[in-house]
Amino acid sequence: MTGITQMLTDPLMQRALLVALLVGLAAPVIGTYLVQRKLSLLGDGIGHVALTGVALGWLVGAALDVVPNDALAVPGAVVAAVAGAVVIEVVRERTRGGGDVALALLFYGGIAGGVLLIGIAGGTSANLVGYLFGSISTVSTSDVVLTVALCALLLGVGLGLRPALFAVSHDAEFARSTGLPVRALNVAIAVVAALTVTVAMRVVGLLLVSALMIVPVAVAQLVSRSFASTMHLAMGLGTAVCVVGLAVTYWVPLAPGATIVVLAIVVYLVVLAARPLFARR
Amino acid sequence: MNVLEVRDLRVDLGAHTVLHDVDLTVRAGEAVAVLGANGSGKSTLVRAVTGLIPVHSGTIELFGTPLGPNAPMHRVGYVPQRVSATSGVVATAVEVVQSGLLGKGRLRPGRDATRKAVEALESVGLGAAAHRPVTELSGGQQQRVLIARALVREPELLVLDEPVAGVDLPSQEAFARTLTRLVRAGTTVVVVLHELGDLAALVQRAVVLRGGHVAHDGAPPPAHRHHAAPGHVHVHPHDDVTAQDVGAPALELEP
Repeated sequence: MTGITQMLTDPLMQRALLVALLVGLAAPVIGTYLVQRKLSLLGDGIGHVALTGVALGWLVGAALDVVPNDALAVPGAVVAAVAGAVVIEVVRERTRGGGDVALALLFYGGIAGGVLLIGIAGGTSANLVGYLFGSISTVSTSDVVLTVALCALLLGVGLGLRPALFAVSHDAEFARSTGLPVRALNVAIAVVAALTVTVAMRVVGLLLVSALMIVPVAVAQLVSRSFASTMHLAMGLGTAVCVVGLAVTYWVPLAPGATIVVLAIVVYLVVLAARPLFARR
Repeated sequence: MNVLEVRDLRVDLGAHTVLHDVDLTVRAGEAVAVLGANGSGKSTLVRAVTGLIPVHSGTIELFGTPLGPNAPMHRVGYVPQRVSATSGVVATAVEVVQSGLLGKGRLRPGRDATRKAVEALESVGLGAAAHRPVTELSGGQQQRVLIARALVREPELLVLDEPVAGVDLPSQEAFARTLTRLVRAGTTVVVVLHELGDLAALVQRAVVLRGGHVAHDGAPPPAHRHHAAPGHVHVHPHDDVTAQDVGAPALELEP
């Protein structure tokens, strides 16, 4: 018990837990729409592109002599992720749901661009590791403020526009026939997904960002019987695995991001195995 | 004022001209069947009319307003050709039907959305399944959910694209009952069909498409007696029509 009190009174841990809690709550909201559209890998694609943004921010920061030299990394990631997400959405629309190869190009270009640009900026690939695998143990107060603001926006859009986002994700053709602004809503989903990627980057890193959006939804899918309950359960699960996973690393020297994702997958497997026991007859 | 007015319509999909020189006027309260073989352009016609695919040339007016940002889509209910009402995440019938309450400038379904959705499902005989996931429903029941999604809009014009294709018999009968009630209540109906079947008594007028243009527009073509059996899917336009390009290989362009 004293261990938990000690953890909760550690300012560093307080900030990290708050960020993990918010990200765990918000990421599955957009993840539910991505799973509904069968675009589970979109978050990965955006994550790859965001890496180029990180390096680009670094490059601009170095050119402008900004201190510290990674101050523009997160804004760079936000810009690149949003731009990448919109490009993906446009390609998807133009190719009627295809664009598989175009997405692949974006994946590879994102990583290669990131590594290339960080070198030009005078850094090394090692500088990117924190962004690739998360760096929640170094969350600053300004990071917390940014996370709170972005998560509020994500939850506002994802929950507030749920009927409309559900409609376009479920049947875009019918949605268009009703007069709903389908393109604007599609772009909204893409932009919100991009912001989710950049806000979750801190917690689990760009390579695992998509897991936070998708795995809680996958677990909820196993037991839910409605869209609303899938989303709510996924939010609860996302919050739980983020907070518990991070707390574990307070005592056990494990990588927080990887611990959270592995924990989520373990929950998935346990629920999958236990599901027949509760099956409706 | 006509509910639907199509003039000199041409629609291209890719390099192919799928519809050309199409004129169609539907007056309030009419029940019109659009018939034709696969690839004759009947789905394309209703998809153009609902604004889902771009028009090459010609005009389409709904309730006297040209198709476009100002078209009164809130007065239109569309039932797309679908085999399933499911998507990547489970959803209940009520959740799917509530999408029908949205529209231009209407991003949330309003207060009594659930009640309205349940009522729409009751009207297609699915009241008991309202809160069940659509994945648990049969294909025919899922099609009825999509019809309820259009009906919840209380449309003045109902556009249905092959609503009974591949649908189980109870659902076909429930559909015919629903449509009969709507037409009696004054709803204008445009329905794409492969054959008239159960709806023969209801449809006052048939538009037969052949090779992308209107080959017949008038009284519904009588089905041959032995062809009236359930499960028969051929279209039998008037004899003067059948005489033309019989057996011309139809290009399959519909999804």
